[in-house]
Amino acid sequence: MSEYWNDIFGGTKSLLVGLGITAREFFKPVVTEQYPWEVPVMTPRFRGHIELVKNAETGKPNCVVCGMCMRSCPSGCITLAGKKPEGEKKKVLTQYELDFTKCSLCGSCIESCNFNAIQFSKDYNLASTRKEDYLFDLLKRLEEQS
Amino acid sequence: MDTSIWRPILYLIGFMAFAGVNAAWLGWAERKGAAHIQRRNGPKEVGPFGLWQPLADGIKLMTKQLLIPSGTDDILFRIAPILAMIPALTSMVVIPFSGNIQARSIDMSVLLIFALASIGMFAILLGGWASGNKYAVISAARVVSQSIAYEIPMLITVITIVMITGSTNLQDIALAQQGGFWHWNIFRLEGGHFVYMWIAFLIYFICSVAETNRAPFDMAEAESELVAGYMTEYGSMGFGLFMMGEYLNIVVGACMTTILFLGGWGSPFGFLPGIWWFLIKIYILIFTIIWIRWTYPRTQIYKLLNLSWKILIPFSLVNLLVTAAFIKVF
Repeated sequence: MSEYWNDIFGGTKSLLVGLGITAREFFKPVVTEQYPWEVPVMTPRFRGHIELVKNAETGKPNCVVCGMCMRSCPSGCITLAGKKPEGEKKKVLTQYELDFTKCSLCGSCIESCNFNAIQFSKDYNLASTRKEDYLFDLLKRLEEQS
Repeated sequence: MDTSIWRPILYLIGFMAFAGVNAAWLGWAERKGAAHIQRRNGPKEVGPFGLWQPLADGIKLMTKQLLIPSGTDDILFRIAPILAMIPALTSMVVIPFSGNIQARSIDMSVLLIFALASIGMFAILLGGWASGNKYAVISAARVVSQSIAYEIPMLITVITIVMITGSTNLQDIALAQQGGFWHWNIFRLEGGHFVYMWIAFLIYFICSVAETNRAPFDMAEAESELVAGYMTEYGSMGFGLFMMGEYLNIVVGACMTTILFLGGWGSPFGFLPGIWWFLIKIYILIFTIIWIRWTYPRTQIYKLLNLSWKILIPFSLVNLLVTAAFIKVF
């Protein structure tokens, strides 16, 4: 019999506690992110597809066209080319293409780069129905960003 | 009382509008309430605060095909959703919204409302049976056992009210509670009924939540066990009508609780009685029902029946005896 009364009083108490919790939550601010209107800031170690790094002084890519990233890539995603203009000592990047359909974001290219020329981007809004949309021209992307 | 032909027509239009607006925007209120309890935003795209969401939902439901699966009982399958709406709409005829807003003041209106509530249960039973779906049939069976279990304590508590006020007319019951909250049946000072009437109120409120098949008593549509219960085979406006019927039942349940226990249209401090107090009270009750739904998890069918047969029915019977004793002694 005492179990019966415990059920009633204990049950009623726990029900009231539950109502109290939801009542408090009701007046607290919303915690969800309204995605298309509010874009989250990605964490520093987020791995998007790679992007070229711009030299802060000259405004040109840091890349010296050594080709280490192209060689280190296990999937062969990276195609780059450069040429030496008249009277210059260093090569200048003319083409840097990333085939993101094959990339597994392993980061070997970034590890192999000795000139801090590439990094992971924070770009995650990638959705398309066409394969061609994932062939990125990173040089063009860098120019568009500046 | 004016007996011209316009009176029933105007009341019919008024009730249809009230029912339609409530059925549509309670859906919005429920989604918004659920969202804020879970700290989300809820509908917010269609119109300010998502207020036009019910219209969008309605249009979407109406443009969908009304599919009648093979193996169903064709006629019953079509009748059931309509039958879910009609009793709730009909019960509004006898509900006194205020001293002079009532379509018909019938002597046995309490009885009429509970009879109509049982017909609402039949709609679910028919819908589940006609679907010819295993889940729907189990759900229909559950609805019947639940409805029987909870109508008993509900009606016993209503008898205590009838004993105290000495009338089965809803208008008389509301009139007997006018002039301040100490006259309301839940806190009634005269005759000392306040000592136990709040227990009766709790019993009645729990039963009305269970009768309208709301969570945590929504055994009929327990989606973790029964897909969607009696609504499994329904789509389009068939489903829409069941939802509207559910919300209208909540409105009628809140109206009944207000009239029986919370003084109807009477104001808590004795000034400005009127329909606004009635509306404030029913919407507070409806919000409480929404709040309860989004607080508690669903019970199990045998625990649900235990609650009724082991706790609510004995309590309501004792309550009935105590009421009789109080009326005799004081």
